[in-house]
Amino acid sequence: MNNIKLYLYAAALLLSGCATTYTQYYWGDYESLIYQTYHSPNDVPPSVQIDKLNIDIEKAQTAGKPVPPGLYAHLGLMYAADGNKELAIAALTKEKELFPDSGKFIDGLIKRSSTYSQGIASE
Amino acid sequence: MSKNILMMAILAMVFISGCATVQPYNYSALTKAAPHSILVLPPLNSSVEVDAPYTYLSTISQPLAEKGYYVFPVSVVDSFLKENGLPTPAEMNGITLDKIDEIIGADAVLYVHIEDWGQKYRALLSVAVVKGHIKLVSVKTGELLWDSVIQAEYSPNTNNSAGLIGSLVGAVVSQIAGEVVDNTPLAARLANDTAINSEKTGLLDGPYKRYKDGAKTSK
Repeated sequence: MNNIKLYLYAAALLLSGCATTYTQYYWGDYESLIYQTYHSPNDVPPSVQIDKLNIDIEKAQTAGKPVPPGLYAHLGLMYAADGNKELAIAALTKEKELFPDSGKFIDGLIKRSSTYSQGIASE
Repeated sequence: MSKNILMMAILAMVFISGCATVQPYNYSALTKAAPHSILVLPPLNSSVEVDAPYTYLSTISQPLAEKGYYVFPVSVVDSFLKENGLPTPAEMNGITLDKIDEIIGADAVLYVHIEDWGQKYRALLSVAVVKGHIKLVSVKTGELLWDSVIQAEYSPNTNNSAGLIGSLVGAVVSQIAGEVVDNTPLAARLANDTAINSEKTGLLDGPYKRYKDGAKTSK
């Protein structure tokens, strides 16, 4: 698992050689969590992802950079999977606040979550 | 020594990507549509590697967002579609643009087709290979806005000694390592970078692009 991280860092370094070292968002673990969600889901249960994403949010603040598109929505999904509906909706709302382009999708997710109590997108 | 080889490989890749541009892309449709947001659907997969679509999906948000577009949360969208009766990428790729507009509200969809993917063994080296095609389509009009080949190879540098035996050992080590460490995300990131950021054929900057000095445009 650490190896994956290491290689992602290596990738970041590699890519930075091609273009610039500058990124406008603070990416943290977001994409490596997506990778792990599909490849080793047992290593990244919702509680672990929630912790890591919240740490990223703090680090982004320290770095003075915005969190990337999707991070808060992903956090919302994890809260929902963890059974914490209030925080799920708060995180989804934050995504919409930061990125109004997500509005229609996020509103739909929230609406469905209030119609159906299980999960955020059950039907 | 070994670092130099890696360095040369990287330089070669940069060099090739810099020189291979033949004709500038025709951006008229993209400029006209000027999308703000991109929905990346889980890729269609023609490779034999079943993990390819979701590995690719974990590498595409950053390059598109850094290019200045809002990228819908790939994993959330995937769960959402699964829970709404579309269990596989193949089915997700069949959603109509009207439905995408109605439910997700994206300006454009990025369709990804993976043709080749995985760890290959070439000239005694274990190489992570990614090959495919991406196309950006307007949700409102169905028009093709931009497309590109995605192609890259990444070889972990495990060969520390000179000579044939050294390279044989290197290949074995990297083969074993390849089973533990998946290098395909790296290859995919290289492929994305080349496709999206190429000077004449890459994707144009989106509305949220910010350069280091806070400027919206370069120069």
